Amino acid sequence: MSAIILFMAGIAAIVGWWLSQQRLTAKPWLEEGVIVDLREERSSPQAAKIGLGVFLAVVGSLFALFISAYSMRMTMVDWRTLPVPPLLWFNTGVLVLSSVALQWAYIAARRDDIDGVILGLLAGGASAVTFLVGQLMAWRELSVAGYFVASNPANSFFYLITAAHGLHLMGGLVALGRTIGKVWRGVEVAQVRVSVELCAIYWHFLLLVWLVLLGMLTGWTDNFVDICRQLLS
Amino acid sequence: MAVAIILLLVAIASVVFHLFSPWWWTPLASNWSYIDHTITLTFWITGAVFVAVVAFMAYCVFRFRHQEGRQAAYNPENKRLEWWLSVGTAIGVAAMLAPGLVVWHQFVTVPAGATEVEVMGQQWQWSYRLPGKDGRLGTSDARLVSADNPMGLNPDDPNGKDDIVIQNDDLHLVLGKPVKVLLRSIDVLHDFYVPEFRAKMDMIPGSVTYYWFTPTRTGTFEVLCAELCGAAHAQMRSKVVVEEEKEHQAWLEKQRTFAELSEQGNVSKATYRIGSE
Amino acid sequence: MVDVRFDTIAGIPPAEVGEVDLYHPRSWWTRYVFSQDAKVIAVQYSITAMAIGMVALVLSWLMRLQLGFPGTFSFIDANQYLQFITMHGMIMVIYLLTALFLGGFGNYLIPLMVGARDMVFPYVNMLSYWVYLLAVLVLASTFFVPGGPTGAGWTLYPPQAILSGTPGQDGGIILMLASLILFIIGFTMGGLNYVVTVLQARTRGMTLMRMPLTVWGIFTATVMALLAFPALFVASVMLLFDRLLGTSFFMPTLVEMGELTKYGGGSPILFQHLFWFFGHPEVYIVALPAFGIISDLISTHARKNIFGYRMMVWAIVAIGALSFIVWAHHMYVSGMHPYFGFFFATTTLIIAIPTAIKVYNWVLTLWRGDIHLTIPMLFALAFIITFVNGGLTGLFLGNVVVDVPLSDTMFVVAHFHMVMGIAPIMAVFGGIYHWYPKVTGRMLNEALGQFHFWVTFLGAYAVFFPMHYLGLLGMPRRYHDIGETAFIPASAHDLNAFMSVAALIVGFAQLVFIFNLIWSLFKGREAGGNPWRATSLEWQTPETPPGHGNWGKELPIVYRWAYDYSVPGAARDFIPQNEPPAKLSAQGAHP
Repeated sequence: MSAIILFMAGIAAIVGWWLSQQRLTAKPWLEEGVIVDLREERSSPQAAKIGLGVFLAVVGSLFALFISAYSMRMTMVDWRTLPVPPLLWFNTGVLVLSSVALQWAYIAARRDDIDGVILGLLAGGASAVTFLVGQLMAWRELSVAGYFVASNPANSFFYLITAAHGLHLMGGLVALGRTIGKVWRGVEVAQVRVSVELCAIYWHFLLLVWLVLLGMLTGWTDNFVDICRQLLS
Repeated sequence: MAVAIILLLVAIASVVFHLFSPWWWTPLASNWSYIDHTITLTFWITGAVFVAVVAFMAYCVFRFRHQEGRQAAYNPENKRLEWWLSVGTAIGVAAMLAPGLVVWHQFVTVPAGATEVEVMGQQWQWSYRLPGKDGRLGTSDARLVSADNPMGLNPDDPNGKDDIVIQNDDLHLVLGKPVKVLLRSIDVLHDFYVPEFRAKMDMIPGSVTYYWFTPTRTGTFEVLCAELCGAAHAQMRSKVVVEEEKEHQAWLEKQRTFAELSEQGNVSKATYRIGSE
Repeated sequence: MVDVRFDTIAGIPPAEVGEVDLYHPRSWWTRYVFSQDAKVIAVQYSITAMAIGMVALVLSWLMRLQLGFPGTFSFIDANQYLQFITMHGMIMVIYLLTALFLGGFGNYLIPLMVGARDMVFPYVNMLSYWVYLLAVLVLASTFFVPGGPTGAGWTLYPPQAILSGTPGQDGGIILMLASLILFIIGFTMGGLNYVVTVLQARTRGMTLMRMPLTVWGIFTATVMALLAFPALFVASVMLLFDRLLGTSFFMPTLVEMGELTKYGGGSPILFQHLFWFFGHPEVYIVALPAFGIISDLISTHARKNIFGYRMMVWAIVAIGALSFIVWAHHMYVSGMHPYFGFFFATTTLIIAIPTAIKVYNWVLTLWRGDIHLTIPMLFALAFIITFVNGGLTGLFLGNVVVDVPLSDTMFVVAHFHMVMGIAPIMAVFGGIYHWYPKVTGRMLNEALGQFHFWVTFLGAYAVFFPMHYLGLLGMPRRYHDIGETAFIPASAHDLNAFMSVAALIVGFAQLVFIFNLIWSLFKGREAGGNPWRATSLEWQTPETPPGHGNWGKELPIVYRWAYDYSVPGAARDFIPQNEPPAKLSAQGAHP
């Protein structure tokens, strides 16, 4: 459970930092009158952005728990590490491209460059779809080679975790599709700027999650943890 | 007025019930009197807090109930009072936790001379295994379970040959000798529970758990399953007999070892084969 | 840093937040059925939760009939008994309490109490309810599938939960897991709303430290639930994989009814860790909203500010944080590494300190108050008694070595019913009697309320207080029939029968409550806008029940905290949060 504890500690640090800004030591019974708080003083981030932030915390918790379960199950004797299909490296590259494309779209949106936005969104969407197809092909490769979902827990986790990640990306594609639809219908850039930004943030987050998962599935993280352990001892 | 009295009565009735309850823990039959003492201590501390809180509340309800012209006091906080209460609570908590942790340390530290006894749970019966003359238990594996080898013992393990296997019968233990109970299951979670011994631990398929105790009283004690294990969970019963060393030896003489049992199984299989030919 | 100006600024323009985004229902369907108004969604959540809760109540009657009079009722056998306890537990904990506190009270009270027009994502909020309803329907459908609902116990421990020795091995467990997954998805949608609404949609002047404790409780509980429910999600998905695809996440090598299964190597303890990583925060997810509601009820009906508001807020936050590092105290006898016991016993008992502070502050709020013994106040008093009782027995079970003899006995059953069954339900009832006038515009009937309160409180206490002693005696839980057992005296069976009769009477009183809810809707006394003379914003709406958008043209401005009761020198014994300071109104500034 160390992964999730670490994650929770991170969340606790963020929440603690935020709470420390909220004057929790104030004596509210002495403060009659109008208090203008931080939210009004500076232009506050939109509710949607905060909503996305909270949602990412939930998704992060979900994957941290998968990682915890993985690392606990891994220590049992029947674990046989799965050979990682080389296709995954290609897929990773595509996902990075997807993220870059959406970042491009976001930068274009900030410059009111509608063509850049369309290009970025389409490229991002296309490469995300490619990534998903690539993941499916990786599954096929594995099952053709005899690595079925139930034949070893390492396989089970591989399918389960890639599926969970893929489903989250598909959810993102729905949002991305709606944004593309809006741009297609000729909506002003200003009206989709937030949507583009949210998509880009979500994509970067899923890329980060994927890199962590990839590190875990290929066993890099083990080596890393081992090195840390040696440094400590 | 009536409300205050009823609130107070709830607290008083709870205390009276506690003091005169005929339903109390079973007479102890193991060395874990410390556990009972810790519970008693916890009862005293928590009981005092419960009565104090409810009595204070009842007094407030009586004294400060709404009457014409009453105005509530204005009192947002009292830092000193709150800190004192926190510190007092912390002391009370520590007074329960410290002895608890000390006893837990004893509970998880098995003394060197403890004899091992294996208890195996399966849906829905108990089986037992005692080490033979060599004093060691052989290995086992759920994959080896069969009609002839219901406990899944390893036939190739020399340590296991002389193990005494007890099925559909009571477990016998020696008075005053510490026992390390090794707990194992071949299907679902079970929990070997003898109320008089106080100790208890789940059995998990795929691994071996344990606890230890010393029987301190002769007699026959009922075994129940304390972890939900399916439809007949409530019927999963057995008995433990605690007896003097001499009687125990006599009982041991009558038991059969794993080797004897499997030979018998092979013989009967052989006769069956000859008969069918 | 936050800029605070105490020199009341005159003539601040009223905030017009959210007017543009507010959704407007166009037809009857979108107004009352597929509504995006948090108040309607709250009522939908509450009715659904109470309806499925009634099913769980009936199940508890059947269980008590069997326990009190074993063998008398031929239509209850061991299998059905296990199915009853499983469904009763799961429904009560998740589908009733969690949904009612967060989906019901949360949806209704958060926007009104923080002075918002609605939740920030109304459409997602609507979806949340419909997914929840689907989850409830899937759950209820297990009663009708072949084999019936699962009998694995609400903890659903593998391997037993998915093997054939347990009733409901087919449709029962599969649909149960599917329903949980749906519930979590639905809850996440709602939860995002509650959190972001508190963060973003507070009206002008509503700083965090001016929020009523109800909002603090629901807010913190929601944050915890958002982080903890993924653990149940992961556990459910993995268990579903084990059941349907034959994977071995949790399943070790095992023999099922004499046959070696294809499972191997998995860890049942892993499931327990995941389950309780959700399960323990869940206790506080139910408790924190109750804490908040009780604080507000006591303060309002004792006409006195809540004592030690700051401590109350800090305690809520501290409990929320600590509750994530105590989960394994449910697993002291699970066979995990025994040394964990030291750590988890310590953290568990530490959490008692902030909890105790809350209790002290409630009773100290009563001290020198002006206590009106209204029905909500009575329920609040009953909450304190049952919560203190259940909390104190928690000190037994949290102290690892004391837990050893008591775990898996009726003592545990009595403990958690007292602390997270009866106590939160007392808060629910208190809350309903308190806010029903705002929701419907009418008061609940007082005489029926008195009857309901006394029967429920004393009856439930009579059921669960003696139950601890059956546990001390060693009577295990989840036994449909203890049978002939040497250490169980005949008197214990009589006690069981007594508890069953008491439980049936308590159950009956709930029907009176339901009747009262319906009857008062039409015949109840007109309540007016602020029948309890309360300070918090939800009582200051221009209309009662609050109209669409909650506030009239302008959002309220908050000038004070939520607890200005019996302020010395004030004209009345309460000052609403949106009432400007005397100095400001004298200047004829904005009202």
